[in-house]
Amino acid sequence: MAAAPESDLDIRYVADLARITLTDEEADTLGGQLEKIISYVKQLEALDVSGIEPTAHATPLFDIVREDTVKPSIGVDATLANAPQKTTDQFLVTKVVE
Amino acid sequence: MSSLTLADAQEQLRSGSLTPRALTESIIAAIEAGDGKIRGYNSFDAEAALAAADTADVSLPLGGLPIAIKDIINVKGEALTCSSKILEGTFTSPYDATVIAKLRAAGAIPLGRTNMDEFAMGSSTENSALGTTKNPWDTSRIPGGSSGGSAAVVSADLALAALGTDTGGSIRQPAALCGCVGLKPTYGRVSRYGAVAFASSLDQIGPMTKTVRDSAMLLNAISGHDAMDSTSLDEAVPDFTAALGKEIKGMKIGLPKEYFIDGIDPEVRAATEAAVKQLESLGAEPVEISLPHTEYATATYYVIATAEASSNLARFEGVRYGHRADAPKDLSDHYMRTRAEGFGAEVKRRILLGTYVLSSGYYDAYYIRAQKVRTLIRQDFSEAFQKVDAILSPTSPVPAFGIGERCDDPLQMYLADIFTIATNLAGICGISVPCGFTKEPKLPIGLQILAPSMQEERLISIADAYEQSTPWHKERPC
Amino acid sequence: MPASDYIVTIGLEVHAQLTTQSKMYCGCKVGYGAPPNSQTCPVCLGMPGAMPTLNEAAIEKTVLTGLMLGCENPEISKWDRKNYFYPDMPKNYQLTQFDLPLCEHGSVPLYDHCYPKDVQKDIPRPGYAVKLTRIHLEEDVGKSTHHEKNTTIDFNRAGTPLMEIVSDPDIRTGEEAFAYLNSLRQILIAGGVSDADMEKGQMRCDVNISLRKTEEEPLGAKIELKNLNSPAAVRRAIHYEIDRQSTELDAGTPQVQCTRRWDDDLGESTVMRSKEDAHDYRYFPEPDLLPIRTAPIVEAMKKLVPELPHEKSQRFVTDFGVTEYDASVLSSDKHLATYFEQAATGAKNTKLVANWVLNDLLSALKESFTEIQDSTQVPAENLRALVDLIESGKISGKQAKNDVFPAMLETGKTAGDIVKEKGLEQVSDTGALEAFCDQVIQENEAIAADVRSGNEKAANALVGRVMKLSKGQANPKVVIGILLEKLK
Repeated sequence: MAAAPESDLDIRYVADLARITLTDEEADTLGGQLEKIISYVKQLEALDVSGIEPTAHATPLFDIVREDTVKPSIGVDATLANAPQKTTDQFLVTKVVE
Repeated sequence: MSSLTLADAQEQLRSGSLTPRALTESIIAAIEAGDGKIRGYNSFDAEAALAAADTADVSLPLGGLPIAIKDIINVKGEALTCSSKILEGTFTSPYDATVIAKLRAAGAIPLGRTNMDEFAMGSSTENSALGTTKNPWDTSRIPGGSSGGSAAVVSADLALAALGTDTGGSIRQPAALCGCVGLKPTYGRVSRYGAVAFASSLDQIGPMTKTVRDSAMLLNAISGHDAMDSTSLDEAVPDFTAALGKEIKGMKIGLPKEYFIDGIDPEVRAATEAAVKQLESLGAEPVEISLPHTEYATATYYVIATAEASSNLARFEGVRYGHRADAPKDLSDHYMRTRAEGFGAEVKRRILLGTYVLSSGYYDAYYIRAQKVRTLIRQDFSEAFQKVDAILSPTSPVPAFGIGERCDDPLQMYLADIFTIATNLAGICGISVPCGFTKEPKLPIGLQILAPSMQEERLISIADAYEQSTPWHKERPC
Repeated sequence: MPASDYIVTIGLEVHAQLTTQSKMYCGCKVGYGAPPNSQTCPVCLGMPGAMPTLNEAAIEKTVLTGLMLGCENPEISKWDRKNYFYPDMPKNYQLTQFDLPLCEHGSVPLYDHCYPKDVQKDIPRPGYAVKLTRIHLEEDVGKSTHHEKNTTIDFNRAGTPLMEIVSDPDIRTGEEAFAYLNSLRQILIAGGVSDADMEKGQMRCDVNISLRKTEEEPLGAKIELKNLNSPAAVRRAIHYEIDRQSTELDAGTPQVQCTRRWDDDLGESTVMRSKEDAHDYRYFPEPDLLPIRTAPIVEAMKKLVPELPHEKSQRFVTDFGVTEYDASVLSSDKHLATYFEQAATGAKNTKLVANWVLNDLLSALKESFTEIQDSTQVPAENLRALVDLIESGKISGKQAKNDVFPAMLETGKTAGDIVKEKGLEQVSDTGALEAFCDQVIQENEAIAADVRSGNEKAANALVGRVMKLSKGQANPKVVIGILLEKLK
């Protein structure tokens, strides 16, 4: 398995993916803190994990499915109740340019 | 009356010496009088609680008993904040979490939303955007976290009992630091449906109470399979109160050598060693064991938990609910500013870390590797449980620290969870019970007991035997 | 260099909505026409704390599709989160399948009759089956409507089960892409897994297309085409794209990977986004959903694999003696095939039944804008009875077309009843007919003589007169027999 490359956190790129604006100051502070945490996390590289199955779920279950039956919806009013902006029956956001 | 245990309050309700309304009123009065000092609650709906009290059926398992709810669990018609600006004042739950539905079915009354670290990210409740909860034993100190509000209100007698959530110790650590009992059930024992997800493969809801008996009572009500949560286990729920008052003679108690390391506060160490002696006097047999991958648990946890969190928290962007930035110039600006304004520093830190470890080129090196180490950590526990019935350690390496003391170093803060984190990675159950106090100042110390998956009864038997043979749970902050 | 000198490589990504009752990850109803935001719940709205559950029927229908298309199934299949922000995507991650889809490989056979009519005579790779990469199961997004100043969103569609069928880059022309979509649609409908109507958005298609000069070169820059709303639009867009790219390549302009939006009205595509905007989706396994073991589902679905259109077509040729072309058209639509089979079974002349279904019935339905499964006026057994009446000589084909069938359409009555009501039954009683014939021969000596001298064709003129005398009820076949006998 590839070792994680050294200190290569592009804080602006990551913040953009996460859709969080950072001020320059935040980028500095958070970037520095994250570098420190990442270098701590890199201790995992010391372990030989070859042949080990990853654990994605804490429960060793399979085939948990639901029958295809319709359940009542919550209704338009409840759906829109928390909307920051809405029309009578739709959510409203700033114009999306495709 | 808010100082009653659940069990005592139930007895009084059933004998008729106390009415659900009087009980609820007295708790509301206690909150109004005492929460100014503690700031354990984000909100409470007195009217709804009193209305529920008036129709309460005390013959039900938790009939007429008010329970405080961590402000991360949906209660229909009530505000939900997750102690975050992104939801504060802008979100009312349209549905009941499964645990709330179960509590209602058992006759309990949800009363009050307790403070927490924002989105359950933290170990001190200082990361709440709504205010810091104070430790009732010393209000200059933190109550632990992330379920710090729940622990503080139970400990300060502003609630009979509470629900918390535990992703890496968030029930057990604040319970330890506030001197109450906190039980993290096996992953899948309690439905997560309706608890706002921090790290979906680690989160679990559990009781925070004054006694082990109360935890057993509450666990009875909230456990069980839920078709709405695919990870919930379809296993019969025993009567956990039947595990109370059991002999623990002959039980093997594992002491992981990796947990008794330098860096543990000497008084915490002494209290834990005394607890081992106490259990030995009750017939348990201490055995030294090894959990060899312990040192990797924190790193593993912070990769997995933050990766899941970065995705779980993507839904908070002000389109369907929650805070929305003013007059965005375009969609990107809408997202970027809404989330920058809505999330606090720790939440941003974790979202960014999680985004980074999942991003192109790093996924295998961090995320997949962490999942593999998680497998090793699970194996450590299953091997240990071949030799012992339960594992014992301090819950937290240190007692409650001062507010603001550790804020500047997130990594140091993360290391406060070293004894509790591995439990969630392994998916097993654990409990923290009071096991003494530091001298000056007098601060509670917690003892952590861990048991294999679905062995909550064993936890309860050991914790109850210990509690009933020691005076700690009777002490209250003044 | 003309366009024909480039090797064109095309791959299709098709999204097909599954015909389930409820959504993929929650119990909300799937369907159209409901008031906006009325078919929603905490799960499909991405409310805090809500969790998904897997719709069993959607999994089964996807596995069934895989069986119909000859796919293999990984032993374990699981769901993953694809992380990206978009307002119509409530959780801001799509629950999809990344590395362990339900189905892999397999192929879509390109049926001849699925090609555009104008190229059916000249199919470059007849009988070719386009190889598939995978089929996975995911969720649809909500519906955005863009206004001048803002965008509104309806989440009714969010969470609708979508099957994504990804082909290998194994298609060479717009016509093959056209045939691929039509063939696939027929198969999906045959299996009852999707209604697969592109114009209704039940089936959507993205095209990846690249050009290169020789087989030895690596594939050229991949251009993705979006907003394609019919197989015909896909065909047009591919033609346009081949022309555009080859012209640019000829002019020395290299192609750069990008996504282009097709405008079918203008007949041109424009750049939507460049590769630089490519997403970093941060896929990871969905912790809230558990993996699926495919073997038991595959076993159960094997019993439900229907007769596929090409198998049915072959059977129609064998069992009913219809032409290969007629058979392929009759089997191209599940309901049409069922109708034909009911009408043809036990019929005296099955080929004639095929003609009646393909010509008279279909054009009548077309005129009344009715789908065959919704039409009740002429049940299959009534059409069979009509054709039997013609075949047995009780009525003429002309009568059937002009008088009986229109009345059947109008009234819903049987052919027999209409024939009786209208008194259309042909007279085959030779006694009566001989009298008519004698009369006509007498009155038309010249023609009769012509016939006698060996011009049998001239007898047709006499038949017409006999028909007139009989008020059209004489059976012309019988009449001509009598006339020729008499004029030997």
